[in-house]
Parts: sequence; C-alpha cells; structure tokens
Amino acid sequence: MDPKLDLLYRLADDQLILGHRNSEWNGLGPILEEDIAFSSMAQDKLGHSLQLYMLLHELGEAEPDTVAFTRNTPQFHCCQLTELPIGEYDFSLIRHFLFDHAELLRFEALADSSYEPLALVARKVKGELKYHVLHANTWVKRLGTATEEAITRMQAALEFTLPYALGIFETTEAEPEIISSGLFIGEMELQRRWEESISKVLAQTALTLPDLRLLTPVSGGRYGQHTEHLQPLLDEMAEVFRLDPTADW
Amino acid sequence: MYGSASTHDIPTQATTGLENEDPILLAEFEARIARGEKIEPTDWMPQLYRKQLTRMIEQHAHSEIIGSLPEGTWITRAPGFRRKMAQMAKVQDEVGHAQLLYSAAETLGKTREQMLSDLVNGKSKYSNVFNYPTPTWADSNVISWLIDAGAIVNQMANAKGSYGPYCRALDRICAEEAFHLKYGHDAVVHMATGTPIQRKMMQEALNRWWPAIMTFFGPSDKMSTHTEILMRWKVKMATNDACRQQFLDMYVPKIWEIGLTLPDANLRKNEDGVWEFSEPDWEDFKRVINGDGPCNAERIAVRRAAEENGAWVRRAMQQPKAQYVRPLA
Repeated sequence: MDPKLDLLYRLADDQLILGHRNSEWNGLGPILEEDIAFSSMAQDKLGHSLQLYMLLHELGEAEPDTVAFTRNTPQFHCCQLTELPIGEYDFSLIRHFLFDHAELLRFEALADSSYEPLALVARKVKGELKYHVLHANTWVKRLGTATEEAITRMQAALEFTLPYALGIFETTEAEPEIISSGLFIGEMELQRRWEESISKVLAQTALTLPDLRLLTPVSGGRYGQHTEHLQPLLDEMAEVFRLDPTADW
Repeated sequence: MYGSASTHDIPTQATTGLENEDPILLAEFEARIARGEKIEPTDWMPQLYRKQLTRMIEQHAHSEIIGSLPEGTWITRAPGFRRKMAQMAKVQDEVGHAQLLYSAAETLGKTREQMLSDLVNGKSKYSNVFNYPTPTWADSNVISWLIDAGAIVNQMANAKGSYGPYCRALDRICAEEAFHLKYGHDAVVHMATGTPIQRKMMQEALNRWWPAIMTFFGPSDKMSTHTEILMRWKVKMATNDACRQQFLDMYVPKIWEIGLTLPDANLRKNEDGVWEFSEPDWEDFKRVINGDGPCNAERIAVRRAAEENGAWVRRAMQQPKAQYVRPLA
C-alpha cells in the first residue's frame, strides 16, 4: 500500500473505533461528569477520524461515510486496543491513558510531517489531544493514589491492557518509506517517547509499570487481524446506514 | 430535554403542613413571590415549597439522565458522521442538564447521591415517556424533536418561576434545547422527505410515540385539582392542559406540513382556537408510571448497574476529612 494511505488508514481507524467505544459510556459513567468527559473525547476522536478520512478521500479513496460505515473487519487497520469493549471504568481509563499518551506524541510529531495536509490536521488535533491526556493523567493520578481497592483495580487494568497498548506500535511494510520520506518519525521512536511519557505519570502513583520487554505485544490489527469484538461493533455502527444504502441519511 | 415539570405526584392535600408555618414569615414569602422576586437557597421558605421543588427539580434531573438512555442507544448506530457527531453532542447536553439540575436541587438540601439512590430504588420518578421503547433511529428523531419541544414549552414557563437556582439552570438549559429542537426538526424532516423506507420509518415512529407525547404534560387539569397553591408560589407556572394546548398549536401544523399524519382522528382545532383530541388513556399512563411499562425495569436496571459499577470510583474520590457542602446556586 502507498505509505500515505497506509499511515492515514491506521490513524483514522484508531480514532474512529476508540471514539465509538468512548461514546458507549453515555449513561454508564461512575459520575455524570465522566459520561460528559468521555462524550467530549468521543466527539473529538470522531472529528479527528473524519478529517483523516477526508485526506484519504482527497487521495482518491471513497467518501468518509462510505469508508467508515461499509467496510468489514479485515479492511480495518486499527490496533486491537481500540476495539475492545469498554469493560469497567478502570479498563476504559487505562486504555484512554495509554492510547492518548501515544496519540498526543504521534500528532505532535506529525505536525512536522513532510506531507503538508497531514501536518496541518495534526497541528489542530494535537491541541485537542493535550486535554485528553490531561484528563487521563488527572484520573490515573487520583485513582492510582486513592484506596487500596482503586489501586488494585488500576494495577490489574494496567497489566491487562499493556500488551494491547504495545500493539499500537505495530509496523507495516510501508514503515521504512514512511520514515525515509519524512511522513512520520516511525513507530519505534514513538514507542520510546511514549514509555518515557507514561512512566513519568505512573511514577507519581502507587502503580507499577511492568518491564515492557517481558510482554508480548498483541499485534495484527494493522494487517486487518482483529478480535471478535470488532465485527459486532461495525455491524452496530452500520445498522441504520445499511437499511437503505440508496438513502441520504 | 426532557423534563415534563408537571410533577407526577402532586400531593393530594397540598395544604398539609402549612398550619405549622409561621404566618408572618409565610405572608412575607408569598408577598415576595407576588412581587416577582426570586427565592434563594438561604431565604426562608415553607417546608412544602422546599419539598415540592426538590421533588420537581429532582424528577427533572432524573428525566435528563434516564432520557439520555433511549437516545444514547442510537449514538452507536447513527447513520453517518454528521448524525453520529450531532447525536453524541445532543445527548451529552442532556447529561449536562442533569448535572446542572442536581446542583440546583442540592441547594434545597438533598444530595445528588440521595437523589440517585431514590431513583434506582424507585422512590422518585422521571418523565414517563422514557418508559417506552425506541426501536428505530426514527424513534430517536421523534424524541429529539417532539419530546424536546414539549420540554421547552414546560421549561420556558418554569424559567419564570420563583426559585432562583432552578430558574437560572432552566435559562441555560433552554438555550441549548433551542438547538436540539433544530436538530430534531432537521432529522425528522430529512427522514419524512427521504426515500420510501425512511418515510415509512418516520411515520411508524410518530404513530408509536404520539400517545406518549399526548401524556407528556401530565393528566388533564380536571384530574389534578391541587395545583392552585403551587401556581400561587410559582412552582408550577402553567397548567398541564395549557402546556398541552400550546404544544399542539405550535407543532401539529408543522407535523402536517411535512406530510406526516397523526394517529388521532379527533385531532383538530375548533373555531375557538382550542385543540380537540381523543382523551389519552390515563389508566395506562398510571400503570406505566407506577412501574409496569415496557421499559421501566430496563431503564432502572441500567442506571442501577452504572451506580454499582462506579461505586468504587466514588469511594476512591471521597476525602476522609471532607464535609458535604451544599452548593449555593
């Protein structure tokens, strides 16, 4: 695949799928303020994915609605972390923390991309992601230093989620060209920055970051290999859209 | 959305308790309200006023979070980016309204935790319309337009009421509701003028929702005769029937204009400008409000699960030395 398309699909699909998952917190948050916060982040992420799908459309791919609402599992390039069900708040919070730290660093780097339309989008997106990270850090620090119950839950969620989070950095065949053409700094450098970034926050809590070298990343997402959770999500997302494919909704 | 501020259990003996109030303070309180002054949290107020307002604001707040459930279901199914983002923002507003309203109710002395606990234990009510199902995207559009429209009729009236914190919350809520109305109207018109499948979906959804919409403002005034003191205290600003008439006058023409029909052969405006309609099934209304509707159990179960699953977070957030402070506005 063309390196630009390869990169854009991964970015856009991550944002779309996690945005969709975040929106599922409506009515279910531990406090109303968290329903609202997750909804805000979901709206941002959906907006980010739309901008990225529009870049893809400019490069000759189908309309954003068609791309988002009509593909099936093997055609998605999101990492598996994003597609897991929301679970309980501890998991969703840790996923949000691990993903958005990577995402902020990613879009900060993309602001200097040699592909100018992407750099322009990234400059706007990174400003919004800053608040997602602020939100995640606030809660991780608070719950990660609170009751024994909270710390135990957060630690378990962290250990469960980390192998999936490492899947964020799975590379494709296009990686060497993505780096050499200046499109993006590459996943390995991003992961290095991410580890530094999450370590700093976790150091301010009672949580322990396991040795990441000992973990096996859950990969495959970038190649269209997904968990059993993605297709039901896509079916639900397209449920109305597919009722009348000729309609303008 | 979503509150039909017609409280569902107006006391059958509205004067109970007044005999224990200081007559001088009571007279002063009533004079202030008559002059159009706002009552603030630290001001003297009769127990009945406090109780009734707490119940009303609390029910309104509950209606916002329970109402966000049937519409929220359609966030993950909304067709296309534009609808998905708008639906999300709209429902998020409703949860924000709940947040505002719980704060307003807290100024009267009841904590949010107590209110939510009463909600999941069935002690306090929410707008009865949310005990009905929303099986299609079009049902969600009907709620966004017509339930929100009904709520605006109610809330615009109540924003002129006597209790300061509630009025200020309602002013902010109404400003957002005005957008919801445009959103809902746009969605309904879009479907009603779309493909045959879309038009059919919309007509069926409207047929399903119409009986519930007709009960939205609460029982006929003929049936609830105890609202006089609440009107005098500006807790309730318009009667149920007046609100219903205003709603019909504003929205039935708009519904007919886009080629949709309403499932009531008797619905028409008479020569005096009064809308006539088939009397809603108030026995069914009572049955549903008392817990036996198609979705009561499901709505409460979802809310209860949210409360239970999130309890550890709230426990962790509590500071051992912190004391509960009632908000002032």
